[in-house]
Amino acid sequence: MATNHQISTRIKAATGVDIAMCYQCGKCTAGCVLAGDMDYPSSMIMRMLQTNDEENYRKIISSEAIWLCQNCENCIGRCPKEVDIPKVMDYLRADSVKNKCVSPKAKPILSFYQSFLGAVKTSGRLSEVFMTIGFKLRTLRLWQDINLVPSMLAKGKLKFIPESIKGKRNLKNIFKSTNNK
Amino acid sequence: MKLGFYPGCSLNGTAREYNESVKALAPVFGIELIDIDDWNCCGASAAHAVNRDLSLALPARTLALAEKQGFDEIVVPCAACFNRLAVAQYELNKDEMLKKSVEKSIDMTFNNDIKILNVVQFIDKYIKDKILEKISHKFEHQVACYYGCLLVRPNKIIDFDRVEDPTSLDELMQLIGATPIDWGFKTECCGASLSIARTDLVAKLSGNIVKDAADRGAEAIIVACPMCHSNLDMRRPQIDEYVGEKISTPVIYITQAIGLAVGIAPEKLGLQRHFVKVNTL
Amino acid sequence: MSKIGVFICHCGENISATVDCERVAKSASEMEGVAFATDYKYMCSDPGQSLIKNAIREYHLDGVVVGSCSPRMHEPTFRRACSEAGLNPYLCEIANLREHVSWVHEKSEATTLKAIDIVKGVVEKVRRNKPLNAIEVPITKKALVIGGGIAGIQASLDIANCGQKVILIEKGPSIGGHMSQLSETFPTLDCSQCILTPRMVEVAQHPNITLYTYAELEKLDGFIGNFKATIRLKAKSVDYNKCTGCGLCTTKCPQKKIPSEFNEGLGTRTAIFTPFPQAVPNKPAIDKEHCNYYQKGKCKVCQKFCPTGAIEYDKPDEFITEDIGAVIVTTGFNVLKTDFFPEYGYGKYKDVITGLQFERLASASGPTLGEIRRPSDGQIPKKIVFISCCGSRDPAKGIPYCSKICCMYTAKHAMLYQHKVHDGESTIFYMDVRAGGKNYEEFVRRAVEEDHVNYVRGRVARVYEKNGKLIVKGVDTLLGAKPVEIEADMVVLATAGVANKGAEELAQKMHISYDPYHFFAEAHPKLKPVETNTAGIFLAGACQAPKDIPETVASASGAAVKAVSLLSQPTLVREPIVAVVNRCAPPMFSTCVGCFMCETICPYNAIEHEEIKDRRTGKVIKTVAKINPGLCQGCGTCVSFCRSKSIDIQGYTNEEMFAEVTALLNK
Repeated sequence: MATNHQISTRIKAATGVDIAMCYQCGKCTAGCVLAGDMDYPSSMIMRMLQTNDEENYRKIISSEAIWLCQNCENCIGRCPKEVDIPKVMDYLRADSVKNKCVSPKAKPILSFYQSFLGAVKTSGRLSEVFMTIGFKLRTLRLWQDINLVPSMLAKGKLKFIPESIKGKRNLKNIFKSTNNK
Repeated sequence: MKLGFYPGCSLNGTAREYNESVKALAPVFGIELIDIDDWNCCGASAAHAVNRDLSLALPARTLALAEKQGFDEIVVPCAACFNRLAVAQYELNKDEMLKKSVEKSIDMTFNNDIKILNVVQFIDKYIKDKILEKISHKFEHQVACYYGCLLVRPNKIIDFDRVEDPTSLDELMQLIGATPIDWGFKTECCGASLSIARTDLVAKLSGNIVKDAADRGAEAIIVACPMCHSNLDMRRPQIDEYVGEKISTPVIYITQAIGLAVGIAPEKLGLQRHFVKVNTL
Repeated sequence: MSKIGVFICHCGENISATVDCERVAKSASEMEGVAFATDYKYMCSDPGQSLIKNAIREYHLDGVVVGSCSPRMHEPTFRRACSEAGLNPYLCEIANLREHVSWVHEKSEATTLKAIDIVKGVVEKVRRNKPLNAIEVPITKKALVIGGGIAGIQASLDIANCGQKVILIEKGPSIGGHMSQLSETFPTLDCSQCILTPRMVEVAQHPNITLYTYAELEKLDGFIGNFKATIRLKAKSVDYNKCTGCGLCTTKCPQKKIPSEFNEGLGTRTAIFTPFPQAVPNKPAIDKEHCNYYQKGKCKVCQKFCPTGAIEYDKPDEFITEDIGAVIVTTGFNVLKTDFFPEYGYGKYKDVITGLQFERLASASGPTLGEIRRPSDGQIPKKIVFISCCGSRDPAKGIPYCSKICCMYTAKHAMLYQHKVHDGESTIFYMDVRAGGKNYEEFVRRAVEEDHVNYVRGRVARVYEKNGKLIVKGVDTLLGAKPVEIEADMVVLATAGVANKGAEELAQKMHISYDPYHFFAEAHPKLKPVETNTAGIFLAGACQAPKDIPETVASASGAAVKAVSLLSQPTLVREPIVAVVNRCAPPMFSTCVGCFMCETICPYNAIEHEEIKDRRTGKVIKTVAKINPGLCQGCGTCVSFCRSKSIDIQGYTNEEMFAEVTALLNK
């Protein structure tokens, strides 16, 4: 077991969050609407990070939990120690992608995010139609929500021609400089 | 009175009725909302989940454009967009180095001191005082005000209502004649962007919310976020399946409720665009 | 020509490691007015002190400078040694070579030179020092105890039983404090009232104790041994000399719906009221804020029915002043209420109550006569949840400290509940169980093992109501953070212990310090736990920090001993570091011109007027300022304000200080 606090130091440097602040009261988990569906609920993740153990860390970034988290901020709203768990979750997700160990169960969620950003990258604004097509291609869930299409059309909620912004070069630069694949 | 306006992508698409109702309401109170020219997507729930720098740079571009176009204040009705813009502003103001690198990305420098208003702050500041004199049809219904996650959080940055058991929407609804009910899910997450990837979870989380509101006799659920709206409204078939009953409580935007109270025609407020019919109101 | 002795201490290696002590001594011996100088390893040791004493006698020294540690450490030691050798102790001064030199600098030439300079400055001062005598002040043999809870009761009885007089003041209409509200007490489950009420009666009957209820401290002047307390006796609207305590008025008062403070709002009382049947004194007072007569000008029902004509409306508050020798502050604490916990619905849901409210439900004298019935509908709760650390250990809510008493009383509550509701289910959500105390851990285990209280380790996120049930959303962190949801009938919050309302204001009145949470501060956390930073004022009980009964009583007895040991001395000896107005030869008598600017700015009211009279005719020649050495605290404000430069602080005169500073500057 590594005892040189590398993991907590890394997290502190990237997010400013001090993992040691957590005193394991569990209030975050108690209030988390998705805790019951998570393989490791938030307070458990904090505990595992506190061990500074690479094996535990691997388990976390391979977990489904970090992808289920929606950053609703219920946890930090109630945390007696004001530990910014959502910020840590953002860090863990990015690290999970970087280390190529995204949980297979969470792949659709990541696909959704990628389709979303892909659509934004093309035109600067999100076209829900193009994002959904991208998502379907990524996950091969071709028929999902197809029954919504007629009523959405009737309600004028679908736009097939994506809006584009003028500053496309600007946008390209943003994506390039922030290193998004 | 002219204010900058950031619709965001949802209001431009699936949530166009939210856009319509905000735009219909503002002129009644002498306010002109002007779109920020060439605004871009804020990155919403996707960018911060996978790339922090991107999640700051995307909102920063819009904030910088708004500043360049001379706005002191911008109105951001979408709670998710509002959250991203407010967080980006806060984070960049805290860290000079980070701001410099983001300025390089967006190829613009900016002061980053524009005032960002969410829909409740906007109503509080420009509409609330004048509502009573404009009311023509009292909104006399029992309503469940659903704040969702992002309207009042993070408290450190937004700080206009308390995080637990907030009351700002309830007060507004009371003002137009409604009876807000006490219920248990004011700020519980609806499942947010899991809507497409994990519809099952959204059905569960949103189901709990809709069921509690209906059980306690709410005639409508009042929201201020397009993501909340689409989960509670568009996902109603899945919700009904999860809770095992058909719930017909409609979900309407706060701006639609106020719009009805001040006598704007329902079609102008986009009420016909909801999946769950709004004919009871 | 003066004869000063200079003694440089090595302080083991504390000073000598960075300062060349031998060289400092040698340089000192060459200074003007120095007759003898030497250095030694431990000057404060017995041989070190003998060295000083012998030198005084041998060289007929008329001043001593010791270059050593801080004067706070050993000034009294060296002054005593000088005194034993026949030298006036105030002719001995310390040059601080440790804190001001060796501990803050590296070893170098400059460090030694700095030490020499400091010695030089002090030598110049001592050359001008005058012999001074300690001031003796009389002591008023009477203690004031503020607050009539168990701490105040214990302290008063202890002092009174030592034969000293005590004045006990209590702001409410009865003594007894929070302890009188409690049901049974941990870890023995003896009835709180049964052990407390006899002591309350003892206080009322003790010949050495004067009890003022409905009374508050208005002002405290003076200093240790000689305080002057102004006490406000709030008008009770009842003449206690006539009132027999029959209680007829309280049954007739038409205002019956006032939430009872004693029952923590779970019961009601009338506007003329005795807070509880065992109250001491057992006579009523009128609460003006709720009285029909005081609020609307009409009613007077109590006066009509009073058989002895004891009701007296419209009497103003009275003020009395008392001379006091020592003060003990025992103003207690409170528990957090209000909407500090929106997530737990306190204030919104009637069946979410505080621990103190639960005490009233469990108490035989309480609103339900000891049956556990929930406030909303009087039903007996079949499922009850206790939440510990409500507000405590919660820096986000501004309270980082542990309230200390909650773990134990929560265990007791669950135990009492199980004893009274046999088919009931009780759950305690906790973070840690802190049961450090005699028989405490055993008590908690008894709750788990014998009474089957369900302990779940995890904090509750929120409580909301649904279909008449309180949904408690918690977590079991010992099961890998598994969410736990309980449908409870009643929820009891162990809310944080906080300082009493008005604590800050009271502390400022008495000039004692307090911590960021408005608990009063002790002079030293370990060695002076019942003293304050203001001499003669002591602390006991939960006004200092949350404390349980055994600890409160122990601290009260501790404070009482401190007060008694002060009161039993014949006089008080004080340092003569006080201001004096100069005197000079006639016809001037004094350079004081009698402008009395000093009188207007003195924070201690120590300036008096003195008439200088012609010895033969008795005619007043001039009126000058005179400083009362008993009141003067030596702050020096008058010295800097005096336009004619007629005032000096003894031991720190302008001449002495200028000499020291000039010596430091003119190397």
